[in-house]
Amino acid sequence: MTAGQALLAVLWSGLTLYALLAGADFGAGFWDLFAGRGGAGRTRRDLIEHVIGPVWEANHVWLIFVLVLLWTGFPSVFAAVMSTLYVPLTLAALGIIGRGAAFAFRKASTVPWQQRVFGATFAVSSVLTPFFLGAVAGAIASGRVPPGLATGDLVRSWWNPTSWLGGVLAIGTCAYLATAYLCGDARRLAGTDVAEWYRRRALGTGVVVGVVALGGIAVLRSDAPGLFHGLTHRALPLVVASAVAGVASLILLALRRYLLVRFTAAAAVTAIVWGWAVAQYPHMLPPDTDYAAAQADQAVLVDTLIVTGVGTLILLPSLAWLLVLFQRSPRQSHRARQP
Amino acid sequence: MGWGVLARAVSPGDLVAAREQMALSLGWHIVLACFGVGLPGLTAFMEWRGIRTGKAEYTALAHRWSKAMGVLFAVGAVSGTILSFEMGLLWPGLMGTYGQVIGLPFALEGFAFFIEAVFVGIYLYGWDRLSPRVHLLTAVPVAVSGVASAFFVVCANAWMNQPRGFDLVDGKLTSVRPWAAMFNPATAPETIHMILAAFMVTGFGTAAVYAVGLLRGRRDVYHRLGFLVPFTFAAIVTPLQIAAGDYAARFLAGYQPAKLAAIEGVPQTGSHIPLHIGGVWQDGRLRYALEIPDGLSLLVGYKPSTVVQGLDKVPVADRAPVTVVHLAFDLMVGIGFGLLALGLWLALTWWRRRDLPRYRWFLRLCVLAGLAAPAALESGWVVTEVGRQPWVVYGVLRTADAVNPAPGLVGGLVLVAATYLVLTVATVYVLRRIARAGRDEEPPIDAPQEPEPSEAIP
Repeated sequence: MTAGQALLAVLWSGLTLYALLAGADFGAGFWDLFAGRGGAGRTRRDLIEHVIGPVWEANHVWLIFVLVLLWTGFPSVFAAVMSTLYVPLTLAALGIIGRGAAFAFRKASTVPWQQRVFGATFAVSSVLTPFFLGAVAGAIASGRVPPGLATGDLVRSWWNPTSWLGGVLAIGTCAYLATAYLCGDARRLAGTDVAEWYRRRALGTGVVVGVVALGGIAVLRSDAPGLFHGLTHRALPLVVASAVAGVASLILLALRRYLLVRFTAAAAVTAIVWGWAVAQYPHMLPPDTDYAAAQADQAVLVDTLIVTGVGTLILLPSLAWLLVLFQRSPRQSHRARQP
Repeated sequence: MGWGVLARAVSPGDLVAAREQMALSLGWHIVLACFGVGLPGLTAFMEWRGIRTGKAEYTALAHRWSKAMGVLFAVGAVSGTILSFEMGLLWPGLMGTYGQVIGLPFALEGFAFFIEAVFVGIYLYGWDRLSPRVHLLTAVPVAVSGVASAFFVVCANAWMNQPRGFDLVDGKLTSVRPWAAMFNPATAPETIHMILAAFMVTGFGTAAVYAVGLLRGRRDVYHRLGFLVPFTFAAIVTPLQIAAGDYAARFLAGYQPAKLAAIEGVPQTGSHIPLHIGGVWQDGRLRYALEIPDGLSLLVGYKPSTVVQGLDKVPVADRAPVTVVHLAFDLMVGIGFGLLALGLWLALTWWRRRDLPRYRWFLRLCVLAGLAAPAALESGWVVTEVGRQPWVVYGVLRTADAVNPAPGLVGGLVLVAATYLVLTVATVYVLRRIARAGRDEEPPIDAPQEPEPSEAIP
């Protein structure tokens, strides 16, 4: 394995983790939008706030990590993507601001109408951001981002059938991951009613995402034949694995095995993210730009890999502590302190 | 359709728009970033004093500040993310070639920020999940990685002023040496100056909130401590910062003389160069300025015969706009010395009678200091960034050659400006509410951020 391949794998792992972790946070925002009115809606929203509050910032950093590794390891690809896809990426960036800031503001405000305004901003940008990021993925995967600065079509590069599919699948995947994770949290923290509410939506979203993905095959066949070929040949095992994990998740949801669902749902998403990578390897910008032609100087690749390795050694235990700490109950419960 | 904006041809206006957008996003984020660097340490100090002395006010202030930290960190995190987008959205000509040269400090910054985000989560939400000791300890990685992030990211900016660690052969980049790029000659002066600036902005900014309370007659222990601790911290940092600023300016004389010439408006190379305060650049010289004979020569080399390079050595096309850079520099230095005087005033009064100055003007000036410190910070960045123009990478790449050639960047600027306007209003409003809630609540208060499980989830 060359240093370039290794960095590509690290980059893609970062992207996968962003999809699995931050994706679920965006999905939680999606459900915040559709949580309903009144006391029941409030309970569902409180659960979302409670669960993603401590972790969303850390989950969000994976995106920065991916951007930095991309411009360090494959600078010309970064420049081509960012310059041609200026419009959707600017909108995604604004969505990121709206989501994060409004979430923090809602938590800090106590006046109902403000909570509603911040909550609506949080929820709407949680839907728009994944859409634009998915559209960007569709633009790259369908070969609409040529090398060079802003050489692609500034609108049609990301406003086309594959990008629509990417955007809708991104929203659906985020929403699905969120419900798959939230079922267990709901049962533990908020009771069976809330858990059942999320379970029904997990089942429904799972089916919808599956149908969209199947229908997407037809879209890709006509709109992105290169990607279609890759997905149906070299990446086929991963596509099948994703489908199997998806069906398994639905069965486990039906059986209310919420802990296992987390793993199968994450596996389904991981398999399709890597399926995309395998389908277009070694191209970074299909149809012609290879990773090898775009990669940075050997010294840069090696030093970045070393820094990433050392950084990960410090980061992973910290991250694990964060995620585990807030899965446990508080040390001294508020409930116990109150009369 | 709205695409009309995008269909326009490329215009020089797009370069201006890109620069404005970058200046706005960077200038906005940098203030938040300062609190990310300085506030964790201050908060942890209060928490530690609370544990040591048992004084409820310390603990109450620590709770209150950690709540503000939650908001500031969230907004800082997202506004920082936008910057990494904008590196590519606006400056693909820079990143497409040199992204790999400055990638290393950014990767390191990524990890530092990651660790900060993890421990901020633990610290803010862990009040009732960890023992007081362990909780206090979790602030250490937050404070350390905050300072580390600032260091790494300013390393990248230092490289733009002193590009090192690569060779250009026929316009192609070869033999990149990432560590040499990161530790370039500007790294030490720039990073020290910025980290100290972050401490000052945090200290004076936080103290100003309580100075307002003191002015309104709330002279309780809570407000006095909330004022005194951050103010004292910032006042101690101020003289160090003035020394660091002097070091940074003299560094320019040796390494980036074109910038120093723009800062001081020096038309001709020579000795016995005076120091100008104020003024505007007209017809190749500074007019209406207060002139101190031999001042600049003395500052640069400690003797009047020191030769300082002037703008005559810089081709006209490579000169930075003098008036903006010069006035921004004077504003920064003026504020710096004003803050020093304010700190000395408190020190003198405290030495004589262990109390705050009785003059209401002292507190009014302290409120002003909370705004002046970030103003000095912004002026400093204007000096660094505008003073480097027309280069984005000094002597290597022009800003005009780095900008995204896509049309319609003006549209992005309008959207971003509108977003930041809303964001500013909301941030200030929410922070004010947090401060007010802290005053109204009886200390000790509830754990911040953590929703009451009994109420949140019935």
